[in-house]
Amino acid sequence: MSPKKLSLKEKYSLLTRDLEWEYSYRDYKEIFPQEEFEGIKITDWSKWEDPFRLTMDAYWKYQAEKEKKLYAIFDAFAQNNGQLNVADARYVNAVKLFLTGVSPLEYQAYSGFAQVGRQFGGVGARVACQMQSLDELRHVQTQIHAMSHYNKFFDGLSEFNHMHDRVWYLSVPKSFFDDARSAGPFEYMVAIGFSFEYVLTNLLFVPFMSGAAYNGDMATVTFGFSAQSDEARHMTLGLEIIKFLLEQHPDNVPIVQRWINKWFWRGTRVLTLVAMMMDYMLPNRVMSWKEAFEVYFEEAGGALFKDLARYGIEMPVYAETAIAEKEHLSHQAWSIFYNYTHAAAFHTWMPNEREMDWLSEKYPNTFDRYYRARFEHWREMERAGERFYNPTLPMLCQTCQIPMGFTEMDNPTLIAYRQSVFQGERYNFCSDGCKDIFDHEPQKYVQSWLPVHQIFQGNCGGAEMEDVLAGYYRMNLGTDNLDFHGSPDEQRWNHWHNLQTAAEQMKKAS
Amino acid sequence: MTIEIKTSTLEPVRNTYEHIKRRFGDKPASRYQEASYDVAPTHNFHYRPYWEPDRELNDPRRTAIVMQDWYAHRDPRQYYYGAYVQARAKLQEITEANYAFFDKRGLGERMDEAVRARVIRCLVPLRHAELGANMNNVFSSAYGVATVITQAFLYNGMDRLGIAQYLSRIGLLLDGNSGASLASAKEYWMTDPVWQGMRRYIENVLVLKDWFEVFIAQDVVLDTLVYDLMYRQFDEVLTELDGGDIAMLTEFMKEWHKDTSRWVDAVMKTCIAESDHNRETIGSWVQDWREKAVTDLSPLAEIAVGEGALNESVDILNKRLAKVGLNS
Ligand SMILES: [Fe+2]
Ligand SMILES: [Fe+2]
Ligand SMILES: [Zn+2]
Repeated sequence: MSPKKLSLKEKYSLLTRDLEWEYSYRDYKEIFPQEEFEGIKITDWSKWEDPFRLTMDAYWKYQAEKEKKLYAIFDAFAQNNGQLNVADARYVNAVKLFLTGVSPLEYQAYSGFAQVGRQFGGVGARVACQMQSLDELRHVQTQIHAMSHYNKFFDGLSEFNHMHDRVWYLSVPKSFFDDARSAGPFEYMVAIGFSFEYVLTNLLFVPFMSGAAYNGDMATVTFGFSAQSDEARHMTLGLEIIKFLLEQHPDNVPIVQRWINKWFWRGTRVLTLVAMMMDYMLPNRVMSWKEAFEVYFEEAGGALFKDLARYGIEMPVYAETAIAEKEHLSHQAWSIFYNYTHAAAFHTWMPNEREMDWLSEKYPNTFDRYYRARFEHWREMERAGERFYNPTLPMLCQTCQIPMGFTEMDNPTLIAYRQSVFQGERYNFCSDGCKDIFDHEPQKYVQSWLPVHQIFQGNCGGAEMEDVLAGYYRMNLGTDNLDFHGSPDEQRWNHWHNLQTAAEQMKKAS
Repeated sequence: MTIEIKTSTLEPVRNTYEHIKRRFGDKPASRYQEASYDVAPTHNFHYRPYWEPDRELNDPRRTAIVMQDWYAHRDPRQYYYGAYVQARAKLQEITEANYAFFDKRGLGERMDEAVRARVIRCLVPLRHAELGANMNNVFSSAYGVATVITQAFLYNGMDRLGIAQYLSRIGLLLDGNSGASLASAKEYWMTDPVWQGMRRYIENVLVLKDWFEVFIAQDVVLDTLVYDLMYRQFDEVLTELDGGDIAMLTEFMKEWHKDTSRWVDAVMKTCIAESDHNRETIGSWVQDWREKAVTDLSPLAEIAVGEGALNESVDILNKRLAKVGLNS
């Protein structure tokens, strides 16, 4: 008997797909109770094409090798005080934004993929989702470990998870993922597996990871490289789910299209945080948000949607708006955060002259015309000892939860307001996209835990801002918040590098 | 001897994250601690899930077990992702060598026909049960509470998929890579009266809604019985029949079960010690599922090992339960 060689595909099929059986003691619907309520029609799970064929033994082996290398770098980073090599201490605020805003989403992805990894009736889809769940757990944990060393030397990181559940701007990414996870399993996959991991992922991870590379952050960049092969698997899974759903039944097409519209818009709103990070928070700029958007969405996304046209899928409805916004998004977002830094757990600052010039060059249509004068004015105020903070609480969009600071694209001096009335209540939105999302599922979005509302209702520790910030948010006031200039972060950094702040120099001179 | 390398020493501002400090004190923390404690979201969920509108997204009410603080748990193996994959990679390396040895020496071809048939009938169909165990553990990972618990469920779930794959490879080693043994094993799983009880048990667990009951039914009751029955008692039977080579291929399962049992026992102990309510709830689940398991597993136990085999396994289960504070 000479053993015949099974092909990789046959073998994987025997080792995974063939494990499934037809239930007879219990009803299929009892075992997979979530498969029908979204209106998606699955006629044959066996048509699922495995996006990658990785048996567990191979998974353990490869991932263990990657972990070994990764943790060796983390150890070396800590031992050699790698934090001293970042471009300047302002950079660490991008790390803070990442750990408080993005890492908890990796955790949500772990949970979400475990949910669908149990709920799908097809074993091929289940197993692929389970592996992604495990990868996402890896991501949150390695990020916590990568940033653990920064936490020892910089402020604003130490309560990352407590803050993620409570702080006003962190409700933007949190509500995004809550939205996906509270949807059904198929919408979750279109939202996260496809729209996020496939269409938008390069606009999140490339900016952060190349930002890290350009700014001397070895810990984060090593993590980024190490996660790349995981992400490649996640992208193939995201594409497979779309193709599978569209091929299963024509009735799925309009449902999937609506989800793509919704999640593209939801996603671009979350990416606002990335846009301002790229244009304002990186001392060494990689590329502008506008350029990134052009490369990673307009070009790559354009090609993708051309490819999906044969299924009857079109470009997301609000793609045009998002393209117009690329000229404004980061400047408007940074303005909002500059205004409210007293209530944020990271520092902001006004760009210096060289940085303003870079922005003028990268945004020839908008920066000088709409933003530069305002920023120079704020910089003047700071120099005069009157750094501007906005003492009011902003109104938030009911859907994306970003403060209502975005403008009309045809009139960038006019704040955009949209409204809907539902059961006698009026709700506010930052955009047509957010209003449409609400109008389609109002019962869902009236539930939004809007941080500013909650503060006014007294659910966040008290009536005084200090109760909210120091008490409920657990912010160290005067340390985690306010302008970078004058912060303990800055002082420590200068001390390590034997630099003097302008203020100290003045004192000595006099 | 450790060599101390001098690097410029900078004084850190803090030793670890604040939530870790609140739990373990103001000192440098382990990687397990930072990766596992207070990581799951707990507050201010925005929307009720469409699939369970009367619950929050992460909701401790998805089980009848009540813990004042679910992070009272601790995995004695201290597995976070990195530690977990390292441990499994080591185990799989040994396993790989065993499988290669078995293959190279042609031990499958040399095996006695009756022994081969017995393995295909009694052991290989377990690959399907392992897939059920995979789903059950992933369920508890998805709907359970606190990372310190849920991460271990995911590791366990993936382990079960790995074991299902090893069992399938045993089949392939015995049928000359044709897949014929897997087809027969599946036929047994679907129609052989010996296997129907086991399949019924698994399908009954797959419909449970309480993730901790799933854990009791699957990881505590069924696994204790099956792993003793198949990887100890059945193993001995094979050795007597001169089929001891198979033991080389089930080494992973034995080692794995030892490893995971440390965690399973720790979870049980912590929950039972918490309150009478927990002890009673767990006790009644155990009783219920043990009774079902005795009925459902006895045909297999008799064919695979012989009369009295299941009683031995039940004794082992009861001793294990007593050790964690549950006297029958
Ligand atoms: Fe990830
Ligand atoms: Fe991912
Ligand atoms: Zn909005």
